[in-house]
Amino acid sequence: MAATQVLRSEWTKIRSVASTLWTLSLAAVVTVVLGVLISLLSKNEFDNMSAKDRLSFDPTYISFAGMSLGQLAMIVFGVLVVSNEYSTGMIRTSLSAVPQRGTFLFGKMAVATVLAFLVGIVTSFVAFFLGQAMLGSHKAAIGDPGVLRAVIGGGLYMTLIAVFSMGVATMLRSPMLSLGILMPFFFLISAVLGNVSATKKIGQFLPDQAGSKIMQVVTPLDDDVPYGPWGGLGIMVLWVVVAVIGGYVLLKRRDA
Amino acid sequence: MIEAVGLTKRYGDKTAVYNLSFQVRPGSVTGFLGPNGSGKSTTMRMILGLDNPSAGQVTIGGYPYRRLPNAPRQVGALLDAKAVHGGRHARNHLLCLAQLSGIPARRVDEVLGVVGLQDVAKKRSKGFSLGMGQRLGIAAALLGDPQVLLFDEPVNGLDPEGILWVRNLMKSLAAEGRTVFVSSHLMSEMAVTADHLIVIGRGQLLADMSVRDFISHNSADFARVRTPGTDPAQREKLTAALTEAGGQVLPEQDGGLRVTGLPLPRISDLAHEADVRLWELSPHQASLEEAYMRMTQGAVDYRSTTDQRAGLQQQLPPGAVPPPQMPVPGQGQPGWYAPPSPQHGGQPFAMPQGQPPAGPYGAPGVPGAGVPNPYAQPAQPAPAQPAQPAPAPSPAASAQPSSAAPDLTKPEDAR
Repeated sequence: MAATQVLRSEWTKIRSVASTLWTLSLAAVVTVVLGVLISLLSKNEFDNMSAKDRLSFDPTYISFAGMSLGQLAMIVFGVLVVSNEYSTGMIRTSLSAVPQRGTFLFGKMAVATVLAFLVGIVTSFVAFFLGQAMLGSHKAAIGDPGVLRAVIGGGLYMTLIAVFSMGVATMLRSPMLSLGILMPFFFLISAVLGNVSATKKIGQFLPDQAGSKIMQVVTPLDDDVPYGPWGGLGIMVLWVVVAVIGGYVLLKRRDA
Repeated sequence: MIEAVGLTKRYGDKTAVYNLSFQVRPGSVTGFLGPNGSGKSTTMRMILGLDNPSAGQVTIGGYPYRRLPNAPRQVGALLDAKAVHGGRHARNHLLCLAQLSGIPARRVDEVLGVVGLQDVAKKRSKGFSLGMGQRLGIAAALLGDPQVLLFDEPVNGLDPEGILWVRNLMKSLAAEGRTVFVSSHLMSEMAVTADHLIVIGRGQLLADMSVRDFISHNSADFARVRTPGTDPAQREKLTAALTEAGGQVLPEQDGGLRVTGLPLPRISDLAHEADVRLWELSPHQASLEEAYMRMTQGAVDYRSTTDQRAGLQQQLPPGAVPPPQMPVPGQGQPGWYAPPSPQHGGQPFAMPQGQPPAGPYGAPGVPGAGVPNPYAQPAQPAPAQPAQPAPAPSPAASAQPSSAAPDLTKPEDAR
């Protein structure tokens, strides 16, 4: 009863504000366009690659290259959905309408998650097919082993990024603080930790690095990652669960 | 009915609300008054279950808000008119709140009509004025047709027409048997809207009484009587006569007398019988606003200081006379709302010319407008005052320290 009311209301909230719809569109467009461009470049560069690089060449993963930027828009979407309530002060009106804070938070997250998943999965498929079209003779087919898993995984990855951001934003409340932490975290810290050999062992357990394993079809030659594609996604899910529970506990306890 | 028992809220070291107990009854408008930062909004948030009290509890109809069945249909609240997403248009804002409470969408159009926003229903609330925002907030509070309504500063930013509308809305909601709890820092507004007052200062209860009682308890009405300054014996004589007749007489610094407990004509008669000439006999009616200020002045957190303008003052050309420094009422003068203090330093009124005093007493204080003048005889209307604009009270009087005030009018601050 109360749950359906929250779902309907949250859907109205999301669709009646331009910013959430813009960020979702941006996530899709950036992921697809950048994926297409990098696929095109990779095709042209393929002949200059070393033998080792050619063996590791993963056409599916290449077509998802745009996600490194597209996920940032997904983060903004996740943050905005939650922190709009706080930055406007509407949280007080909302929570006086739904005193059951858990119902409110999970209803809100459910609507945004479904929306992020729909956008994510469509983006993933479009990015894959357009990317493969650019790759020409090096392309992968959707029926190849592991490819469909990678494409669906791409949609799941984008969804989980959004949910993680919602959890963090619920904990932090302020949109500026949330974005100020999440953006550098995903764009810089994770990349730095993952590429410096000394910290690689830690970096590979960060949510985005673990989660993006699901989009890999060809395992790199010198790969020593201790988990597979689903294991990686599992690690990411753990991060998301922790963030969401953290947000729930804080929302439940603290003054609105 | 809203009932608070021992309600306390601490934020770290700071106690926002301390041991507040009160009841808000249905069928009347209850005004919730206090200076800025006195804990009004915190109390409202605790009533709505948004903030958890550090101690004590507050219930609506016997339930704490968070356990109230079907809360949004029972309680409507306007907490902050600016708490809307500016990019969302007015109708959608109300629609998502309605859906959250399981209220049908047609109710949204109804309340938009009630608050007069139907023409801007599809406009983004970003472009709304503060007054339009208040109307939107009031619409949100009315959505569920609730029996208990809370409004935090509902008239902020409204135009006079809007203020009148809110006032009538509150009264009509209360007349329908609803519980209406309105916070404000405007005593004058509450005096004409509310039936009952709860006054807090620094988070503690200062008064919980009907408006009528509040007026009679706190308005320090008195008559100012002045005998010819040349003859102190006449003053003694009159004091004795007035005291004998049951009046209370307090001498003022400049030789006047402050008389309570006797109507003006009676004072005149007594003076006549005692063969004492009068230079002044004037009613002084303290406004409710003044009574409120006096009550809360010890509990004001944010007080202005005089603007020193250090280093900002322009050099005057040689020979120029600097303009006289006229203190602005309320600026850096903590005692501005001190009890009405005796005039000193010059004659406040041009009295010996026989001119009736045209002063602050010519225009009755707005909040007290409906209060009968205790010094005028009931059957007989007060003598017509010349229709001169009331001059501002003399600065000397305003700067007067409150220590000179008699006990009668001491601030009723409990602490």
